[in-house]
Amino acid sequence: MDNSNGKIKKVSIIVSRGSLEGIYPGLIMANGARMEGIEANLFFTFFGLYGILKRYMGSIRISTVGNPAMRVPDAKGFPLPTFLGAIPGMSAFATRMMNKEMAKLDIPPVPEFVEMIHDAGGKIYACKATVDMFHLTTQDFCPQMDRVLTVGEFYELSAGAQIIFT
Amino acid sequence: MPQKQINGFNIDINDEGYMTNHAQWNREVAAALAQEAGITLTDAHWRVLGFIDKDFKEKGVVAGMRRMNKVGGIPTKELYALFPDGPIKKAAKIAGYPKPASCV
Repeated sequence: MDNSNGKIKKVSIIVSRGSLEGIYPGLIMANGARMEGIEANLFFTFFGLYGILKRYMGSIRISTVGNPAMRVPDAKGFPLPTFLGAIPGMSAFATRMMNKEMAKLDIPPVPEFVEMIHDAGGKIYACKATVDMFHLTTQDFCPQMDRVLTVGEFYELSAGAQIIFT
Repeated sequence: MPQKQINGFNIDINDEGYMTNHAQWNREVAAALAQEAGITLTDAHWRVLGFIDKDFKEKGVVAGMRRMNKVGGIPTKELYALFPDGPIKKAAKIAGYPKPASCV
């Protein structure tokens, strides 16, 4: 791994989950890398792929089930019991609240964020195994998706990079 | 607090080279700071610096990328072209403001 002068030069960030809290960390890290002059590749796999699917990337939701850290009505409130998290509309409600907080911090919605990272020179890749498994074509993706990659190609273009799995 | 002489002006800076007293900032200082970062200031650069200045005076913080886009009307691509490898950090430094403290 090339860390000459103790500075990171390149990162490859894998986004593997399709929830709001699964997708945002990878986007924030990729954007943050570009802002520091670090080369950034984003590789979307499995349900993480929904973060770059044209039809769905605008409605990514927080998961209110199986999330024991989830509290209501805010981050220091009461723990949300799993069975209440399953009530229809709960995830949409929690997502709305979270989006409001993120907007205050000027964190863009997913489609705008992906565009910002791409405009900043970050590369956006989709995992071939998932594309085949989900029967997707390049038409299904947002225009910022650069290429569908095999895992081998992903490793090739990650030469000299730190690989971060989220 | 470290001081440095730049283009004939004395400025107070912190360890990372960001100015700590904005009153010492002027266009010549900016041009010299830009030179140090390998940038020759054009009208397009001044438009960015002008927005950072105006927005800082209103909000007390250096504008993030999204605010530059939406409020300043400066596209992401243009910012990266004008201030390569860390656009907002570089622009903030040249504009005589602190290092941006936000994640986005």
